[in-house]
Amino acid sequence: MPRYFTDEHEWIDVDGDTATVGITDYAQSQLGDIVFVELPQVGSAVAKGKDAAVVESVKAASDVYAPITGEVTEANGALEDDPALVNSSPEDGGWFFKLTISDKSELEGLMDAAAYKSFCDSL
Amino acid sequence: MSAPNASGWKPGTPVAGTDSGPSTSTGNRALMLEEPLIFEIGTTRTTGVDLPDPIGGETRLGGFARKNAIGLPGLSEPEAVRHYTRLSRQNYAIDLGLFPLGSCTMKHNPRLNEKVARMPGFADVHPLQPVDTVRGALEVINELAFWLIELTGMHGVAMTPKAGAHGELCGILCIRAALEARGDAREVILVPESAHGTNPATAAFAGYRVEDIPATAEGRVDLGALKARLGAGGPDSCDVAAVMITNPNTCGLFERDMKAISDAVHAAGAFVYCDGANFNAIVGKVRPGDLGVDAMHINLHKTFSTPHGGGGPGSGPVVLSEALAPYGPLPYTARTSDGVVHLVEEEDAEAFSAEHFGGRMASFGRMSAFHGQMGMFTRALTYILSHGADGLKQVAEDAVLNANYVLRTLEDVLDAPFGASGPCMHEALFSDKGFAQGLSTLDLAKGLIDEGFHPMTMYFPLVVHGAMLVEPTETESKAGLDQFIAALRSVAERARAGDESLKTAPHFAPRRRLDETLAARKPILAFQDAGQAAGVPPGTPQLSEQGGS
Amino acid sequence: MRYLPLTDADRSAMLDKIGVADIDALFADVPAEARLSGPIAGLPLHQGEMAVERHIRALSKKNLAAGDAPFFCGAGAYRHHIPASVDHIIQRGEFLTAYTPYQPEIAQGTLQMLFEFQSQVARLYGCAVANASMYDGSTACWEAVAMAGRITRRKRAVLSGGLHPHYAETVRTMAKFTEDEIADAPPTLNGTPDNAALIARIDDQTSCVVVQYPDILGRIPDLAAIADAAHARGALLIAVNTEPVALGAILSPGELGADIVVGEGQALGVGLQFGGPYLGLFAVRDPRHVRQMPGRLCGETVDAGGKRGFVLTLSTREQHIRREKATSNICTNSGLCALAFSVHLTLLGEEGLRRLAAENHRLACLAAERLAKVPGVELLNDSFFNEFTVLLGGDARAVVRRLADRKVLAGVSLGRLYPAHEALHQGLVVAVTETTSEDDIERLALALQEELA
Repeated sequence: MPRYFTDEHEWIDVDGDTATVGITDYAQSQLGDIVFVELPQVGSAVAKGKDAAVVESVKAASDVYAPITGEVTEANGALEDDPALVNSSPEDGGWFFKLTISDKSELEGLMDAAAYKSFCDSL
Repeated sequence: MSAPNASGWKPGTPVAGTDSGPSTSTGNRALMLEEPLIFEIGTTRTTGVDLPDPIGGETRLGGFARKNAIGLPGLSEPEAVRHYTRLSRQNYAIDLGLFPLGSCTMKHNPRLNEKVARMPGFADVHPLQPVDTVRGALEVINELAFWLIELTGMHGVAMTPKAGAHGELCGILCIRAALEARGDAREVILVPESAHGTNPATAAFAGYRVEDIPATAEGRVDLGALKARLGAGGPDSCDVAAVMITNPNTCGLFERDMKAISDAVHAAGAFVYCDGANFNAIVGKVRPGDLGVDAMHINLHKTFSTPHGGGGPGSGPVVLSEALAPYGPLPYTARTSDGVVHLVEEEDAEAFSAEHFGGRMASFGRMSAFHGQMGMFTRALTYILSHGADGLKQVAEDAVLNANYVLRTLEDVLDAPFGASGPCMHEALFSDKGFAQGLSTLDLAKGLIDEGFHPMTMYFPLVVHGAMLVEPTETESKAGLDQFIAALRSVAERARAGDESLKTAPHFAPRRRLDETLAARKPILAFQDAGQAAGVPPGTPQLSEQGGS
Repeated sequence: MRYLPLTDADRSAMLDKIGVADIDALFADVPAEARLSGPIAGLPLHQGEMAVERHIRALSKKNLAAGDAPFFCGAGAYRHHIPASVDHIIQRGEFLTAYTPYQPEIAQGTLQMLFEFQSQVARLYGCAVANASMYDGSTACWEAVAMAGRITRRKRAVLSGGLHPHYAETVRTMAKFTEDEIADAPPTLNGTPDNAALIARIDDQTSCVVVQYPDILGRIPDLAAIADAAHARGALLIAVNTEPVALGAILSPGELGADIVVGEGQALGVGLQFGGPYLGLFAVRDPRHVRQMPGRLCGETVDAGGKRGFVLTLSTREQHIRREKATSNICTNSGLCALAFSVHLTLLGEEGLRRLAAENHRLACLAAERLAKVPGVELLNDSFFNEFTVLLGGDARAVVRRLADRKVLAGVSLGRLYPAHEALHQGLVVAVTETTSEDDIERLALALQEELA
């Protein structure tokens, strides 16, 4: 299944009409030790580019934006007990939430892995 | 006398590698004593206060008498005095040495102020006693209010706010009330990026949207950009309610264009809020009222030296311009022409305003119970009278002199990002530019702890990378400053040279670096008895799911 | 000037080092027209300790200190005996002149004290977690209302009529700016708080019910019944306590189902001080609500050497990180007052607190009985701890003023607290603590008898 990236350092896996969202390895390395993740409520609507979650290190709280518009179907409960998963497995076990895709065309502006890598290299 | 150590005595330097020494069975290191929690040394049967045996018999508690144990440990008086004395020795304090926290104004706390605050006529009076029995207390409030108005060139002052941030809120609520009174709803408050975090938090609380004001390369408000944002259309087309400015600003600089800023803001029908955290630099030298400020809080615990107490209590009176003075909170004091100081509460606010202010007073309401931080008012008034007009001016001059001395004697080893922007005011700002790879402002700060000094403010203001804001205050001698400068110079040189030992500093404090990540990931916020479920006191019913976050 | 160590020789050496001719050069950025040309007008020159003390002492003497009269004022501030060692400890420079513990390696004294304080408050309130304190009880009360709004995502707070009117007024002021709806009602002069009427005001839009325990008239409301009613509607119960000593005798609010418990801690360790600085207490029963709390929190951790230590934690809730998204704009706590509270409570311990509470209640019962015998005086309360309301027939404010002229501080009149509610004006709230002697009670009874005759 295809994986896309945003310039706000979120990744999104698309599987049919649903998608899984998390933050990238680059993002977690910049944030440092993650101590808390505030996830959206299941059933809530998120809009492309708007706040969907908050990720906290000891000294900073950062908004995580929804890469596309949709309705949240699941939040990763494992992060409540073990926020460090975002550091140890950012692009796998440390996923944030799943959502239904409202409009597939919103995926068009996102980066693929190669484009994201060169984007990070340029930072 | 600036050379108290005429003989040149120096403490011996330990031979390398011997400073850790052998371990001890207690974990103590001579005078560095480990101290358990009261929950580990006290018992619920022990008490340090002699009180009569309960007689029993009938109660009138309505059937709500306690049944379960509370779990509160007690200590006898000698045990308690020892416990807290031992704890106290693990703290750094102004009484121990220079405390250069920028924006915090950690100056000497005169002990006369403590003495007068404890006089029974102030310490042992109830806030709701009949006013005829507390006229002296009201006179203290009024006298302090008078001098705060005089020192700032303003028109009125709200005395009840309990701290700087509470004062900010008071000032912004006055502004909102004044705008509403003229039927002018506005939505935006402009705040510089370099501002204290309380500024945007306060503006957001009061219902405003916060927008940044850009700064110039020299670290001051960009007047041109501000004027562009306010627009040229005058009061009718501007959506800005207020501009919040810190002056002197958090980069340690005086806002040269302050009067022009105020004029532009007023021309747009908006108000100027000044964060008065840095008033110490200009007290007795410049009056904010003369610069067009409409509201400014004064941290009595900074400029006027009421003790910080390990984090409060503070006190944050807000001086107000003529346009805002009518909207200040209740209660307030007012001296009438017969010399009597009145306490104006809800009960007589309207009548008093009609009789003495032509009905102009239109308070936005009450911000807290009672009449403000009386214990801080006696101390601050004592401070002002002790210094007098000449002393207060000298306070500002010496505070600024000390900070510039620090700036100019260290800028060869520490990057001063605004060093070319002119003299600093009462604090000197440095950055981490020039440190060896891998070493940070935090490492330097922790190295300074090993040298026996409290670090400066770190990572603030946010506009400077690895910021270090040094505020020595006026109560340091030149000899004391020279010792501090030498220590900071040596740690800065180690940071530039890449001394890895800084990364594990402090080495000699009561504790090494603390694991803040662990504290935040698995919060332990109260003592748990062995076997007790984490976070839940015995007998606590579990909250049902409804309403949970 | 005794607080300024620089000498003129120091100053000129420092100016040389800086490379400027005089001090005015350092103020060059201040526009010349804004600079004061001379000292502040009217303010005398600096004065020695004796002169200043003489001036301030004269002002102090114009006040009638509580200790110099039979004294019965309460209504949110209480006079208790504070052990001498409390003031000694809070005046140690390492506590008095320390800053907020932002460098934990050299602030373990303050931090451990705060951890102990939080633990004491949590236990006293029957809660899981307490914070490191707020400005005072009234501002803590507002913060609790705001927090309940965040948790429930509702904006309607129901205030009990028994809530201290200054607290209710503070909540109303703040709510004007956050557009919360405040549903309130003045108290009614019943012997028992009217729970049914309060419960009837809770609806499905209610974020919280705010109930003072014991209430402004000294009555002890049935918190458990209100908690059940609130929870059934998805609302939180906020319990407000202004007299912590009461909790040595009565059930804790947390045990009775309160979700957020706030209060004024002044009664332990802090002293009257004409109303401030005081000590706001703030606790939650459910640890999951911690991240919605305002204010500083101290937590346990370990240092790099494995030793237990304490730090300020969960600070991403706070203004210096979250800025406009913070849970509150509060930027301090009431540290030294928290220390005084904690030392006093440690000296008391559970045994001492229970004895202290029992002694307060015994004397209050004596006073209530004695005053009820005065012709024209009627005791209102069915229940009370150390404070109760008596009805005097006429306006109690005048009686209080006349008794003050006779150097008897008889209590707080309801007219002072509720000027707009004439039906309450005959009420007088009388507080009795261990500092009240039986002779004081007798003097109050006789003075009242003469005034009402």
